[in-house]
Amino acid sequence: MSLPAIAIHSLVKRFGETTVLQDIDLEIPEGKVSCLIGPSGSGKSTLLRCLAFLEEPTSGMITIKGEALGFFENAGGKRERLPPAQIRTVRSKTGMVFQQFNLWPHMTALGNVAEALKTVRKVPKAEAEARAMAQLKKVGLENRAGHYPSQLSGGQQQRVAIARALALEPKIMLFDEPTSALDPELTGEVLNVMRDLAAEGMTMVVVTHEIGFAATVGQQISFLDHGRLLFSGPPTEIFAKPRHPRLDQFLDTYLDRGASMLA
Amino acid sequence: MIFDPTVILDKLPEIGSGLLVTLVLWIVGIVGGVVAGFVVASARRFGGMAINGVLGLVVEVLRGTPFLIQVFLLYYGGPFVGLMLDPIPCGLIGLTVYAAAYYSEVFRAGFAAVPPGHVEAAECLGMTRLQTIRRIQIPEMALIVLPPSVNLAVILLKESAVLSVITVPELTTVVSAIGSQQYAFLEAIFVLAVTYWVIVEATDRLGRLAERRLSRLRFSKA
Repeated sequence: MSLPAIAIHSLVKRFGETTVLQDIDLEIPEGKVSCLIGPSGSGKSTLLRCLAFLEEPTSGMITIKGEALGFFENAGGKRERLPPAQIRTVRSKTGMVFQQFNLWPHMTALGNVAEALKTVRKVPKAEAEARAMAQLKKVGLENRAGHYPSQLSGGQQQRVAIARALALEPKIMLFDEPTSALDPELTGEVLNVMRDLAAEGMTMVVVTHEIGFAATVGQQISFLDHGRLLFSGPPTEIFAKPRHPRLDQFLDTYLDRGASMLA
Repeated sequence: MIFDPTVILDKLPEIGSGLLVTLVLWIVGIVGGVVAGFVVASARRFGGMAINGVLGLVVEVLRGTPFLIQVFLLYYGGPFVGLMLDPIPCGLIGLTVYAAAYYSEVFRAGFAAVPPGHVEAAECLGMTRLQTIRRIQIPEMALIVLPPSVNLAVILLKESAVLSVITVPELTTVVSAIGSQQYAFLEAIFVLAVTYWVIVEATDRLGRLAERRLSRLRFSKA
C-alpha cells in the first residue's frame, strides 16, 4: 500500500466550548475520489477546511503526501507551528473549491484563473494567461474568458473556480459542497467537470449532499455525524443493505426532501 | 452700509496665497490621512488584539474630541513635551492625524465588506497577506470606500479653516484679516463661503465621476 494522499490522526477541532470534530482518524487514498457525507452540522465542512488549513486543528495531526500540515510534533511530543513558508509549500499541494465559488468580482474569468500563476508562481503574464486559458478550456469555458463573474451563471462561476484551483497544478483537490449553492439544473455541468477530473486520476476530497454523485463517482465514502467519523469504506459496502442505522435515517430524511413522493 | 465684495477681491494676490496654503494643507491631509488610515486599519485587522485595542483607543479619542481642541493642544501643549512646531507644520500634522483617524474607520468598514471567502480563496492559492491586500482587498473595497472617502475629504477642507486659530496663513486667516483691515467683515465671510463651496462642489463631482468610472470598469466586458 502506497503512502496515502492525506493522513488524519486523532484530529480534534473545538470552537470555544463546542467540539466540532472529535478524534477523527482517516486516510485519503491516492488517486481516488473520497466523499464526506453526513447531516448538516456533522463537521464535514470543518474537516475539509482543516485539510485546506483554513481552520487550525485544536489537536491532532494532518499530513499531506507525508508532510506535516501547519504543525509538527517535536521530540518532546509537543505540537509546534511550522514557519509560514513551509505551511504555504504544503498547502500548495491542495486546491480548494468553495460552496460560494468565491471568485474575485473585479477580475475576468481569465484574470481569476491567471492571478495566482502571476503573483504566487511568478509566471510571466503572457504565459500565465495561456495556461489559464488552457484550464478554462478544460472546464469548457474558453469562450467566457473575458466575462466578469457577475456575467456568468452559478454553474459557470463554479467551473471557473475549479479552473482557478487547477491552474496551480495541485496534487489533491478539495471540494466544499461545490453544488449546494446552485440551481438544480446547473449542478450537472459542475458534477461533469468533477467526473472528468476523477477519470484523470485526480485525488479528490468532496464534501457533498449529492448522494448520487457520491455513490457513483466516490470510491471511499466517509460518514460523519455529530463531529465523529462513524464509518468509512467503498460505496458498494456502505450503501449496500443492511446499512448502518444512522445512515439509513440520514438517507430517509434525504428522500423526505421531496424525492420520496416521486418514488 | 453697502455690501461690496469687490473690497475683498481687490486683494486677490493675498487671497491666492491663502488659498494655496489651504489647498496644500488639505491635499497633504487627505493623502497622509488615507495612507496612515489604511496602515492603522490594516494593523487593527491583522496585528492582533493588543494592537487593535491600543489603536482603537487612539482613534476613539481623536474622533471623540473637537478638532479645534486637538489643534490647540498640539500647538500650545506641544512645547511642554518639547514639541515646538511652527503653525504650518503643526497644522499639517494636526490635520493629517485627524484625517487618519477617520480614514482608518472608512477602511475598517472596507475590509469588513470584502467577503471572507474571497480572502480565503487567495490564501488557499498561496498568496501572501500583502499580495491579498493589494490584489484582492483594495480593489474589492475601492467602490465601497470611495463615497465616504470623498465625503471625508470635503469635511477636511472645511475643518482646515480651524487652523486659523493657530495663525496658519490659510484662506480663512487671510480673508478675515482683509475683512478687518477693510471693515468689510460680511463681505469677507461671504467670499470665504463661496470659495469653500466651489471647491467642495468640484470635489464632489470628481468623486462621482470616479465612482462611475470604477463601477463601469468593474462590471464591463473586457
